[in-house]
Amino acid sequence: MTTVAATAQVAHGHHDDRPFIRKYIFSTDHKIIGIQFLFVSLFFLLVGGLLAMQMRWQLGFPGKPMPGGGILPETMAPGGVILPEYYIQLVTMHGTFMVFFAIMPLLVGVYANFLIPLKIGTHDMAFPRINMWSFWSAFAAGLVMLASLFVPEGAARAGWTMYAPLSARHDYSGAELGQELWSISIVLLGLSSILGSLNYITTVINNRAPGMTWFRMPLSVWALFITAILGILALPVLSGAAIMLLFDQILGTHFFDPPAGGQALLWQHLFWFFGHPEVYILILPAMGMVSDIIANGSRKPIFGYHSMVFAIISIAFLGWIVWGHHMFVSGMNPTLGSSFMVSTLVIAVPSAVKTFNWMGTMWRGNLRFTVPMLNAVAFVAMFVIGGLSGIYMAATPVDMFIHDTYFIVAHLHYVLFGGSLFALFGAIPFWFPKMFGRMMSEPWGKIHFWLTFVFYNLVFFPMHTLGMAGHMRRIYDPTQYEFLKPYQPLNEFISISAFLLFATQIIFFVNFWYSLFKGKKAPQNPWEDNGLEWSLASPAPHGNWATTPTVYRGPYEYSSPQATEDYLPQYKKLPTDREPATAPVAGH
Amino acid sequence: MTHATVDVMRPPYPTERGLDVYNTKLGMWVFLASEVMFFTALIGSYIILRFGAPGEWARPGIVLNIPVTAINTFLLICSSVTMVKAYATVADGEGHFFRLRPGARLSERLDFGLKFWMLATIIIGATFVSIQVYEYLHLVHRGLLPSGVREGSELAELVANGTLPAATMGLFGSSFYTMTGFHGFHVTCGVISMAYLYFTKTLRGKYSQQDYRGIETIGLYWHFVDLVWIILFTIVYLI
Repeated sequence: MTTVAATAQVAHGHHDDRPFIRKYIFSTDHKIIGIQFLFVSLFFLLVGGLLAMQMRWQLGFPGKPMPGGGILPETMAPGGVILPEYYIQLVTMHGTFMVFFAIMPLLVGVYANFLIPLKIGTHDMAFPRINMWSFWSAFAAGLVMLASLFVPEGAARAGWTMYAPLSARHDYSGAELGQELWSISIVLLGLSSILGSLNYITTVINNRAPGMTWFRMPLSVWALFITAILGILALPVLSGAAIMLLFDQILGTHFFDPPAGGQALLWQHLFWFFGHPEVYILILPAMGMVSDIIANGSRKPIFGYHSMVFAIISIAFLGWIVWGHHMFVSGMNPTLGSSFMVSTLVIAVPSAVKTFNWMGTMWRGNLRFTVPMLNAVAFVAMFVIGGLSGIYMAATPVDMFIHDTYFIVAHLHYVLFGGSLFALFGAIPFWFPKMFGRMMSEPWGKIHFWLTFVFYNLVFFPMHTLGMAGHMRRIYDPTQYEFLKPYQPLNEFISISAFLLFATQIIFFVNFWYSLFKGKKAPQNPWEDNGLEWSLASPAPHGNWATTPTVYRGPYEYSSPQATEDYLPQYKKLPTDREPATAPVAGH
Repeated sequence: MTHATVDVMRPPYPTERGLDVYNTKLGMWVFLASEVMFFTALIGSYIILRFGAPGEWARPGIVLNIPVTAINTFLLICSSVTMVKAYATVADGEGHFFRLRPGARLSERLDFGLKFWMLATIIIGATFVSIQVYEYLHLVHRGLLPSGVREGSELAELVANGTLPAATMGLFGSSFYTMTGFHGFHVTCGVISMAYLYFTKTLRGKYSQQDYRGIETIGLYWHFVDLVWIILFTIVYLI
């Protein structure tokens, strides 16, 4: 330690003397924008959860008045009994909020903004003002979507995938303004993602600190970079499709209207051409951050760094040629179906590479089961279950049977909740100190983790069974069907577990808010991590570094024999280290 | 990071460490990638809808005024030329075409040339949008709406006597207005951005041989919009 000359420094950063409104509201600082995304998307996570609870009440106890449901208007739940029209809105808006306004902004909006400049050693994003617009258009999109719940005929009713022609014609769906607001909101959200992604891509390509070569980038940055490429190419397709849908709704065009020559299947192709890359937008950043956390918690270099990078790239590439696996029973040409089946099954290879690499990282590691590490390990386990059930669905003959059943619901929640959300429950406490300068409570974090882990599995694992029994995906009342009657106790069990799972999240929210103001003051590098961001004070100051830091090595030098501690940060210069070819640039 | 000597191929303004390209230019290329995907969604849908349509597609010449649009296309291509002239003027420091007064200093010629070519591009761009608005008004008057043919209009008569196919006119209107409309929207955005740069930067002499990033970046966008129009004109008006 004494021989080490740290060139990157705990800088004072730039003194930020802008007025409050420029500093915290219309901020161009990537860290503040990340934090804005964090608060907003945690709010939408809560909204999405509340909608799910109402669905679970109806499925577990159909026709019974919901406790507290009396506050809902007559058009939604007269006397607290959920109406079918309201139930389909719940289904639609739960999916929409969770995918577009909770998980996606939590992973990309929060962590791409917060981590990319800090981890590659630059002062801000390439285009700070565009970054600000990215947040505010996402915010506007969220408000529009939220408002659609309160318009006279209620929110959109065609499921989060908005299949046409149900979504395109008011006389089919019965909701006019709600459907239109959905489309407008999605166009705004697409704009936000495009602006964000173009920032992330430019920043990663152009603004890395001297010595931060491509293969010295942390896997979180790699994953966020590849995710941004997916975003910039996939979101415009969704925007184009949503605009055509909006025109069908308000201008009377006929893109998705079969009686006038339009094609309903075209919507499915456009949506899933966006939708499958979107699936990887929702999981790749989680994989990247989990890789960082697992290496840190195992005190070992990540196993197979290069194979991890190439696995991310190949998952992203394959993600473009598999969208048809969502449409095996749509009436699409069956020959096409088999090529989509094969390309989908191939994705299992890079996914397995990643999974085995995580296990190889933990193998004989000096494990530290902190809250982030526990959640990251849970991510790996749950992702394996979700990934394996994905293989069943990818096989066309099996998918014919389980299509649109609760098996699909189980699968997607295993990758989205079990995968992405567990990764976020790891990432939030991991980078909380760098965001707010305080630590989240470890004991409460562990209680939250274990309860969530147990209840989460109790909710979603039995859904596999329901799906195999033929329980359809978006039905209002399972007791209407003779063959589902024996499974009603299971539905009740799932519902009660879901209420407990939701209640458990209160622990997380209380922990989050309490730690924000009263948490233990965070040291500079609480997790003894190697990343560049830990060379800064907690919280990271405005402008990050006074002078651009220099990088001397890869991000996973844990338990290196060259260092006296069991970690060797990227910014620490050993006597044997040479200066990188490019000299550091001072200031902005 | 700045270079001491003026070098045309390697501009003296600071580039970044990564690609040796400044951020705005790289950002514009990345943005254009997303624009390609956006227009691909629209054009791809058009192709699918047209070839999967229940019946024949209307011959564009009967509905649309092709000569006027051809002139408009020519104008837009000309605006790409003037854009290149503006770029070349500021990039290699020659006041193209403006060598009338032999005694004039280089900077004067450059300054005048840049202002002239930028303004020309803006005016031609605005003219394109105006002609498109006129075309839309005329088409609505003749009876083509985004939802199809208006009853009792001139085009409705053509549908009635079998000159135009009844089954696909709805799709024709939908795809025509959506695709050309979004292109027109992009041209309008380009004109507004160029006018903004013209008043805040060009007129104030902010561009020089040392720094002409704004001109180069907006030029990339403008050429892209031009290119998209050539594709749209071909598949919507000509084929």
